[in-house]
Amino acid sequence: MRISLFVPCFVDQLYPNVAWSVVRVLEGLGHEVLFPEGQSCCGQPPFNSGYWDEARSAARVTMKAFRDAEVVVGPSGSCVTMIKVFYPDLFKGEPDELEARELAAKTHEFSSFLVNVLGITDVGAKFDGKVTFHDGCHGLRELGIKSEPRALLANVKGLELVEMSEAETCCGFGGTFAVKYAPISTAMDEVKCASILQTGAGTVVSNDSSCLMQIRGMLEKEKSAVKSLHLAEILASR
Amino acid sequence: MATQAADFQTLSRRYTADKPFRAFIQKALGGYYKKRDENKANFQDWQGARDLAAETKYEAVNHLDKYLLEFEQKITARGAKVFWAPNAEAAREYILKIAKENGVRSIIKSKTMTSEEIHLNEALEKEGFGVFESDLGEYIVQLRKEAPFHLVFPAMHLTRRQISDLFQKELGSKATDEPEELTMIARDVMRRKYCEADMGISGTNFAVAETGMISITENEGNARLTTSLPRIHVALLGIEKVLPRLEDLSLFLPMLATAGAGQTMTCYNTMYSGPRQPGEPDGPEQMHIVLLDNRRTELLADAEQRDALGCIRCGACLNVCPIFKNVGGYSYGTTYGGPIGSVITPHLRGLKDWKHLSAASSLCGACTEACPVKIDLHHHLLQNRRNGAKASPAVGEKVAFGGFSLMMGHPALYRLAVVFGRIFQPLQGLVNGTILDPLRAWTGSRNFPKLAPKSFHEQWKKERGGRK
Repeated sequence: MRISLFVPCFVDQLYPNVAWSVVRVLEGLGHEVLFPEGQSCCGQPPFNSGYWDEARSAARVTMKAFRDAEVVVGPSGSCVTMIKVFYPDLFKGEPDELEARELAAKTHEFSSFLVNVLGITDVGAKFDGKVTFHDGCHGLRELGIKSEPRALLANVKGLELVEMSEAETCCGFGGTFAVKYAPISTAMDEVKCASILQTGAGTVVSNDSSCLMQIRGMLEKEKSAVKSLHLAEILASR
Repeated sequence: MATQAADFQTLSRRYTADKPFRAFIQKALGGYYKKRDENKANFQDWQGARDLAAETKYEAVNHLDKYLLEFEQKITARGAKVFWAPNAEAAREYILKIAKENGVRSIIKSKTMTSEEIHLNEALEKEGFGVFESDLGEYIVQLRKEAPFHLVFPAMHLTRRQISDLFQKELGSKATDEPEELTMIARDVMRRKYCEADMGISGTNFAVAETGMISITENEGNARLTTSLPRIHVALLGIEKVLPRLEDLSLFLPMLATAGAGQTMTCYNTMYSGPRQPGEPDGPEQMHIVLLDNRRTELLADAEQRDALGCIRCGACLNVCPIFKNVGGYSYGTTYGGPIGSVITPHLRGLKDWKHLSAASSLCGACTEACPVKIDLHHHLLQNRRNGAKASPAVGEKVAFGGFSLMMGHPALYRLAVVFGRIFQPLQGLVNGTILDPLRAWTGSRNFPKLAPKSFHEQWKKERGGRK
C-alpha cells in the first residue's frame, strides 16, 4: 500500500523520532511511505480556541497536501481527530466540504490503521520492561480507539503492560487550555502522573505525543525515573 | 477580562492548590463510581437505554408546545394552578404573591436547583418569610450560608467533623462523627419545622404530559412531607422537564438514580397530580405549578445545542469531569456547575460573561460519555468558544491565530519561525520557570520540550530528498 504520512507540526519539530518510527514500522511491513512536504498544521489550535476562519486557512493547506493521497496515517489521535471528526464540521456549507469529507474518510490514526485496516497486531517488536498505557482522550472518545494499542503491545516481546487506574482520565493538556488555565491543567497532570507512578512501570506509552509532552514535562520536572515513549517508538524497537 | 472570568481564575487557582481538598473530592466520588457501574450493569443494555432516553427527550423538547399544554390542561382539571413564568423575577413575584395572599408565615422546601437559579430564598427572606431547607445536604449548606456545591450532592465538600462543628455552633448539639447521629440531630429540628410550615416548595424531576402529574424522586422522604403537610404546595420546574408519557418514567427514574447517585432506584418516588381532592382526608389545599422559561426558549431556538434541554440534572457529567474534580463546585460561580453548567450558563446568563467556562476545558469528552441522555456536551463547549470568538474576539488571540494561520499557510514562513524558535530556546533556558520566563504558564510546573536540531521535514528531505 502507498501510505501518505501525516506528521503533526509539533511532532515534526519536537519529536521527529516518532515520525521515523512510524516510517520504520510501515516500511517493515512492506508498505511504501510517502511524505507530502506541503503539510504544516491541521489547524486544531485556532479551531479549539473558536477561531474557525483561521482554522480553515491552516486546514486547507493540509487538505491540499493530501489531495492525491491514497490513504493518510498519522501518529496522533488528536490531530487525526481534527481531520476525521472536525473537518466535516469546520467545512460544513463551505465549497470544499466534500474534499474535507474525502480526507476525513481516508485518514487513520496509526494504531487503528495497523489493527483495523491492515489487520496486523504483531509487528515483530521487542522491548524489555514494564509499561503502562495512557489513552489520549481524542483517540479514545472521538475515534473509539481502546483495544488497538493494547493488542499491539500484547505482541511486543519482553513487554509487560500494567494498566493504571486513571488510564482514561485526561492528562490535562487540551492545547491552549494547558497555558490559559495552567493551575487546572497542572492539577490534572498531577493526578495522571500519580496514577502512572502507582503502577511501578518504567515507561508510560501513548499514541499521542501531545499528551506525552504534558506527562513527560511533569515527570522530568519532578526528576522521575519513569520514561515516556510513543507507541510507534515501542513498535519500532527491535 | 469580565469579572466572572477573573473570579473563575482566582477560585480555580485556590482550589487546585488545595491538595487535601482535591483528594477528598476524588475519594468521595470513588464510592459513586463503583455503585454507578454496578447499577449500569443491571440494565439489559445501558447504551440502548441512553439512546431511548435521548430520543424521548428529543421528542419532548421539540414538541414542548404540545406537551406543556397537555400537562397544564390535565393537572388544571384536578385543581392545580399553573403559572407560566417568563423569567426569574416573574416566578419569584408569583410565589411571593401566593405567600402574602394566604397569610403564610413559615416555608419549608425540598431540594430544588431551579429555586437556586431564580434566587428564591433570598427574595422570600427579604420579605420576612422564614425559609427552611429540608434536604439534609441543602440544610447543611443553608446553615453555612453557602450555595449547593454540586447539583445532586450539595454538601459533598464537607467532612463529618465540619458538619458536627456546624451543628454544635448553630443547633447546640453534641459533637459526633456518626452519620446516623448527625442525621437525627437535623431530623429533630426538621420535624418541628414541617408542622409549623404553611407552604411547601418543591422542585420537580419530571412532569408527565399524558397524565398531568409531576414526579419527585428522593432518598430522605423530606419531599413527601414538604409537599403534603403544609396547606400550600408550590412546585417549581423548568419547561424542559416535561415527558410525553407515564411509561417514560419506567426508563427515566432508574436512569436518573443510576447516573445521579449510583442507585437502582431512589428510596421514595412519588407522583403528584393536584391538591387535595373532594373526600380526601389530607394533602395540600392548594397546588401551584410554576413553569419557568428564564431563557430556556433561547436555548430551544439554537438547533445546534437544543439537546442540552434534555438534561435531567443527574450530575453524572460533574462526577466524571476532571475539571470539576480539581476545581470543585464553587469555582464556577454558577447555579449549574460542571460541564452542563459550562454549556448552558452562556445561554441562560449571557455568552460574554460566561464564555470562559467553555474555554476552561481540555475537551476530554468524559462528560459526553457519561451523560445518560447523550447531550453532546464537549462539542457544545467548542461551539460556545466559536460563538464567543465571533461575538467578541479577544484581540491578542485574534492576532495570534491570524499570524498562526498565515504561517501555517506558507511553509516557508513556518520554517523561518522554527529557526527563530531554535535561537530563542537557549535564551529561554536561562530564565526557565522563573518569573522572567515568557513560557512560565507552562514551565512553572512542567519542563518544556526542546526543539529537535533538525525537524522531520528537514531530515526527510536530506535522507529521502526528491521523493514526494
